[in-house]
Amino acid sequence: MAELEKRGDRTPAPPKWEYASAPESREIVTLEERYGLFVGGDFVEPRSGEYYETIAPGSEEPLAEIPQAGPEDVALAVGSAREAFENGWSAAAPAERAKYLYRIARILQERSREFAVLESLNGGKPIRESRDVDLPLAAAHFFYYAGWADKLEYAFPHRRPKPLGVAGQIIPWNFPLLMLAWKIAPALAAGNTVVLKPAETTPLSALLFCDVLRQAELPPGVVNIITGDGRTGAALVKSDVDKIAFTGSTEVGKAIQRELAGTGKKLTLELGGKAANIIFDDCALDQAVEGIVNGIYFNQGHVCCAGSRLLVQESIYEPLIEKLKRRLTTLRVGDPLDKNTDVGAINSRQQLEKIEELVAAGKEEGAEIYQPPCRLPEKGYWFVPTVFTNVAQSYRIAQEEIFGPVLSVLTFRTPEEAVEKANNTPYGLSAGVWTEKGSRILWMAQRLEAGVIWANTYNRFDPASPFGGYKESGFGREGGRHGLEPYLAFDRAGSAGG
Amino acid sequence: MAQAPVLPTGFELPLEPRLPRIGSVDQVAVEARATDLSRRSIKREAKLFALDLAVRMMDLTTLEGSDTPGKVAALASKAIRPDPSDASIPSVAAVCVYPNLVQTARERVGDSGVKVASVATAFPSGQSPTDLKVAEARRVVELGADEVDMVIDRGAFLAGRYAKVYDEIVQVKEAVGDTHLKVILEVGELGTYDNVRRASLLAIAAGADFIKTSTGKLSSSATLPVTLVMLEAIRDVYEETGRRVGMKPAGGIRNAKQAVQTLVLVHETLGLDWLTPDLFRFGASSLLNDVLMQIRKEKTGRYQSPEYFTID
Repeated sequence: MAELEKRGDRTPAPPKWEYASAPESREIVTLEERYGLFVGGDFVEPRSGEYYETIAPGSEEPLAEIPQAGPEDVALAVGSAREAFENGWSAAAPAERAKYLYRIARILQERSREFAVLESLNGGKPIRESRDVDLPLAAAHFFYYAGWADKLEYAFPHRRPKPLGVAGQIIPWNFPLLMLAWKIAPALAAGNTVVLKPAETTPLSALLFCDVLRQAELPPGVVNIITGDGRTGAALVKSDVDKIAFTGSTEVGKAIQRELAGTGKKLTLELGGKAANIIFDDCALDQAVEGIVNGIYFNQGHVCCAGSRLLVQESIYEPLIEKLKRRLTTLRVGDPLDKNTDVGAINSRQQLEKIEELVAAGKEEGAEIYQPPCRLPEKGYWFVPTVFTNVAQSYRIAQEEIFGPVLSVLTFRTPEEAVEKANNTPYGLSAGVWTEKGSRILWMAQRLEAGVIWANTYNRFDPASPFGGYKESGFGREGGRHGLEPYLAFDRAGSAGG
Repeated sequence: MAQAPVLPTGFELPLEPRLPRIGSVDQVAVEARATDLSRRSIKREAKLFALDLAVRMMDLTTLEGSDTPGKVAALASKAIRPDPSDASIPSVAAVCVYPNLVQTARERVGDSGVKVASVATAFPSGQSPTDLKVAEARRVVELGADEVDMVIDRGAFLAGRYAKVYDEIVQVKEAVGDTHLKVILEVGELGTYDNVRRASLLAIAAGADFIKTSTGKLSSSATLPVTLVMLEAIRDVYEETGRRVGMKPAGGIRNAKQAVQTLVLVHETLGLDWLTPDLFRFGASSLLNDVLMQIRKEKTGRYQSPEYFTID
C-alpha cells in the first residue's frame, strides 16, 4: 500500500454498496379469508364456531381467520381418522401407501416456491431458509419414508410390525411444514392414520398441505388437520387416539406425559434444549464461526437444537470472539421475503417478550452484551442478533432455553471440563464439537449426553438420520429407521421402543 | 476477559510482520459458506455498481504462445476504451501479458492510466532455477511493467520445501523493488484448502502485494471457495498486523454473474475497503464482454447481440 500511495494512484474504496431489495413475489400464494378444519378429506366449519386471526410476524398484517377447534371438533377428526384406519388404510397394500407418500413428496417439490413463500410469510423465517432448507427437507422426508412403507418387515426382522391406529400429532411453530413432514411421513408409512394440530401462530402451510393431500388423492380421513391453540392440543391428547407425538416446550411435554400416564397410549416427546457448541483451539476457525452463526441465528434461534451455549477453549477465546462479532455485522436482519435476508422476524409478540425478558435478566446478572449495529423494520417483531460474553454457568441465560437469536458464551480449559459444562443442564438434545482431531470428536461424542452430536458442522438434518433427545429434551426418535418404531406395535417379543 | 495472546512470544514465527495462526480450513464448511454467499440476489443499481467496479478491477489478459504485437495492441485499445459506444464505461485496471510483449503493451496504453502487468518467473510452471526467475522478474520491470505476476514453485511447496518457496518470493520482491508484486499460488495444483491457506500466508509473509489464485492454464482455478479461503487469510493478516494485501482471482471467471458473486464474497469477508482496484483485481480474458453486455442490459433493459461487442 505504501508504494501505491507514493505513486499517487490510490483509488478510494466506495462509501457503501447497498444490495437493492430483492423480495420474492407473494403472488404465487392465494390466501382464503377464512379456513375450515380438514376432516374426512373436506374443509368443514368448526362446531365450536370460534375463529382467531393469524398474522404475518414481519409486518403484523392479518392474513386469515383460522378455526379454533373445540373438543367436539377434535372428536370428529379422531373419529374420521379411526374410520379411515379401520376401513381400508391399515389393510391397504404397503406399496399403495408408498404410492401416496411418493406423490405427496413430488407435489411438495413442484409447489415448493408457493410453500416457501407462505412459510416465510406466516412464520417470519427468511425465504432463503424456507426455500433452501425447510422445503427440500420436507419433501425428502416423504421420499425417504415412502421407501420404507413396503419394507417394514425388513426394517424390523422377526418382529412383525403392525400399525398402532390413530396418531395424534402436535407440532411447533418454528418449522411448521418440516415438522408436519417429520410427523406425518413415518406415521403413514407405518400404516397409521393421523390427526395433526399445527401451532397456533403458523397454521397456513399445514392448511395448504391439505390441498396437496387432495391433489395426491389420499383417501379421505387418513390425514386430518385441526387448528387452534393449546386447548385444542389438550383436547387431542385426551381424545381417543392410540399415540401422541409432540414437539414443543418441555413444560407442555411434561403435562402431556402426566395426562397420558396409565392410559396405554404411546408417547414420543421432542422438547427443548440448551445445546453446547464446543470450540476447541485447533479447529478451523473461520468455519467454526460460520457454524456458531448457523447454530444460533439460523431461523432466528427458534430451533430446539440451537447451539445456544457456546463453550470456547480459553486459549482461542479472544480471536474467536473478535471474528464472531465481525461476522455479526454482516448479518442482514429484515423482511423475511427478501432473498438477501439472513435473520427474519421473531415468530410472535409473545416469543419476543420472552426473549426480551431473558436478555434483560442476562444484563442484570452481569453478562456483557454485544449487538451489531442494525436497522430494524418499524412494524413486526424483531430482535437484533445478540452475543453475551462473561456468562457464568449459573446465569439464567446459560440455563434456560431462550429460543431466540441470543448466544451465551462460556469458556473451558480442557476437554474434561468441556464435557462437564456441556452436560450440566437438564436438557440433552444436541451438541456441536469443533476440532481438527478425529480422535477427540469420538471421545467427546461418547461422553456428551445429547441425542444429536454434530462434528465440525451444526444444524444439519437428513431424513435418514434419527433425531431426538436425552433427559428433559424428550424421548423417541424421528427420522431414519428409528423414526418408524414409535408408530408400530410388534407381535413378537422385543420392546417396541418409544 | 483478560487473555494471553494467541501465540505466546516464545512460539512466534521468525517472520516480520507477525503471521496469524496458520490453522486449518474445513472443506465442507468453506464450500457451504461460499455457496450461501453466491445466492445473494444482486439487482438493479446494486448490480450496476458491481459491474462497473468489475470493469475497473479487470486485468485484461492474453497469455498465449501465439501472442503477437498486433494481438496485444488490440487488447490494449480494448483496455483503454472497453466499449467505444458508451463513454461512461471506465478503463480496465491493467493488461496482463508475457514479457516479450511488455514493450508493445507499454507503448499502446501510453498515459491512459491502464497499467501493464507482466508474468514472470518461468510462468506458468515456475520450474526453473531461482537466479533465472529473479533475473526475469528484474528484466520485465526494466522493460516497463508496472506490475509483476510471479508464480510460486509448486514443486517445492508440495515437497514441503516451504523455505525455498519463501526465499524465492523474497528475492523476486527485492528484484522488482517498488513494482507491484502479485504472487500466483496455482491453487489447482495445491490439492487442499489447507495448502491454499498455507501458501497464501507464506506468500504474504514473503512480501506479496497481491495473492493470485491461478495461471489460467488449468481447468480448476478461481472457484468461490478458494477465493474465500484466500480472502480469509488476507483478513487474518490485516487483523493481526494492519497490513492490507490485495487479491486477484484469475481463470475460470467467465461471466458477469460469477464476477458479482466474487465481489459479494469480498464485500462480506473483507468489507468495503477492498472494493478498489488497488486491492482487488479480476484476471480474465473473456469476462469483459459479458460484463459490458450486462451493463448495457441493465441500462437499456434489453440484451444486445454479442456482435455489438468487439472481440480482441
